[in-house]
Amino acid sequence: MSNYLKFLLEFLIFPGLVFVAIIGLLLSWLDRKISARLQWRVGPPWYQCFADIIKLFGKETIIPQGRKLIFLLAPIVSAISVILISVLLYNANFYPQCSFLGDIILVIYLLALPPLMTILGASASKNPLSSVGASREMTLYFAYELPFVIVTILLIMKAHGSIRLFELINYQKTHGAYLYSISGVITFIIYLFTMQAKLGYVPFDIAEAEQEIMAGVYTEYSGFALAMFKLTKAMLLFVFPMFIITLVWGGINSISTLWKFAIIFILTVLVKNTNPRVRIDQALKFFWLGMTPLAILGLILGLYKL
Amino acid sequence: MKDLRLLALKKSPWVFHVAAASCNNCDIEILDALTPRFDVERFGIVLVGSPRHADALLVTGVINRKSLPRVLKVYEETPKPCLVIAIGTCACDTHMFKNSYNVVGPFDKYLPVDVYIPGCPPKPEAIILGVVKALQKL
Repeated sequence: MSNYLKFLLEFLIFPGLVFVAIIGLLLSWLDRKISARLQWRVGPPWYQCFADIIKLFGKETIIPQGRKLIFLLAPIVSAISVILISVLLYNANFYPQCSFLGDIILVIYLLALPPLMTILGASASKNPLSSVGASREMTLYFAYELPFVIVTILLIMKAHGSIRLFELINYQKTHGAYLYSISGVITFIIYLFTMQAKLGYVPFDIAEAEQEIMAGVYTEYSGFALAMFKLTKAMLLFVFPMFIITLVWGGINSISTLWKFAIIFILTVLVKNTNPRVRIDQALKFFWLGMTPLAILGLILGLYKL
Repeated sequence: MKDLRLLALKKSPWVFHVAAASCNNCDIEILDALTPRFDVERFGIVLVGSPRHADALLVTGVINRKSLPRVLKVYEETPKPCLVIAIGTCACDTHMFKNSYNVVGPFDKYLPVDVYIPGCPPKPEAIILGVVKALQKL
C-alpha cells in the first residue's frame, strides 16, 4: 500500500507533475527571455509562462467534430508520459533499487509518446492544416528516431549489454562518463539534435510552421488541451537534458549537474535563435544521410572502445 | 479563482489578426507594432496563427457583404472569453465607404467590439495603448 502511495506522491509532487511543471515553465520563460535579448528587446516578465498556462486552463475548450475522445486524451497522455520519464530518471539516479530491468527501453518508448500523441490528436481533429502538420511531424519523427535509437544501442553495448538505467550510470561512475570518448561525443551531438526536433524548436519546427500552415498540428486545440501540449513541451525542456546527462554525462549526482544542464540548455536556445527553418525533405536528409552514418560510425568506434 | 483567471488573461493576451478587406495600411501598422522595436511581448502579447488560440481579435478594414460571414465565422471559432479590437477608422465607423453599395455597416452592428482605435492608419503606439487600456478595463 505504502508503495502505491509513494509512487503517487512521486508522480504528483516531487520529481513529478508539480516540480517538473514549475521548473519547465521557468525554463521556457528563460528560453523566451534569452531569445528576446538576442533580438535586442526586453522580453516577457518571469511569470509569463505561468500566466499563459493558467489563462488557457480558464478558457473555453472547443472540441471539433471527429474523434472527440482521442482528441482530448492525446494531450493528457503526452503530459503523463513526460512526468513518468522524470520519475524514472529520478529513481534510477537516486534510488538504484527502484531501477528495474528494461527501464531504458521504457524511457525510449515514453519519449516517443509525445510526438505520437501530437500526430493522433492532430489527425483526430479532421482539420486539413492539422493533417498537413501531422504528416510532417510523422516524417520528422521517423527521421530523428533512427539515429537516436542507434546511439542509444551504442550506450547499452558499451555497458556490457545492460538495459537498466542504473547499470549505465554505474558504468560511467567506474569508467568515466561516456561523453569523454569519440563515440560519446557523437552520441551527445545526435541527442542534442534529437532534442531540438522533439521539442519542435526552430530548425525543426516544421510541424507547426506558423507562416505556412497556421498552427500546424495544434490548429484545432484550445483551452486546457492546448495548455497540456504547452506544458508537455515545457516539461520536456527540463526532462530531455536530464535524460542526456543521465545517459552520457555521468548521471545526476552532484552540483556539477547544474552547469552541464546550463550548457545543454544554452546550446539549444542558441541553435534555435540562429537558424532558419528547414524544409521537411531537408530535415529528413539531414537525419538519415547526415546523422545516421555518423551514428553507425559511432557504433563501430564503440566496438573498439573508443 | 475567477480573479486568478482574469489576471492571467490580462497578463497574456494572444492576438489573432483578422484582415477584413482593408487597404492593408492598418495591417502593416499591426505588423509594425509586433516588431522587436515595440516589443509587445513585454505585456505577454503574442501573435498566434490560429483563432482557436486567440484571446483578442484585431479586426481591420471596412466590413462588406463578402467579408462579414468570414469575420463572424472567425469570431465563432474563437474560444470565449475573447476581446474584439477594431483597428482603423474603417473598422470603427466605415470611414469614407459609408454609402458604398456593398458595405454593410460598422462592425459593432454584428460583433461586441471592446476597443475602438481610430486613425487612418493608427500608429503602432496607438494600437499598443488601446490594447493596454482594454486590458485595464477588464
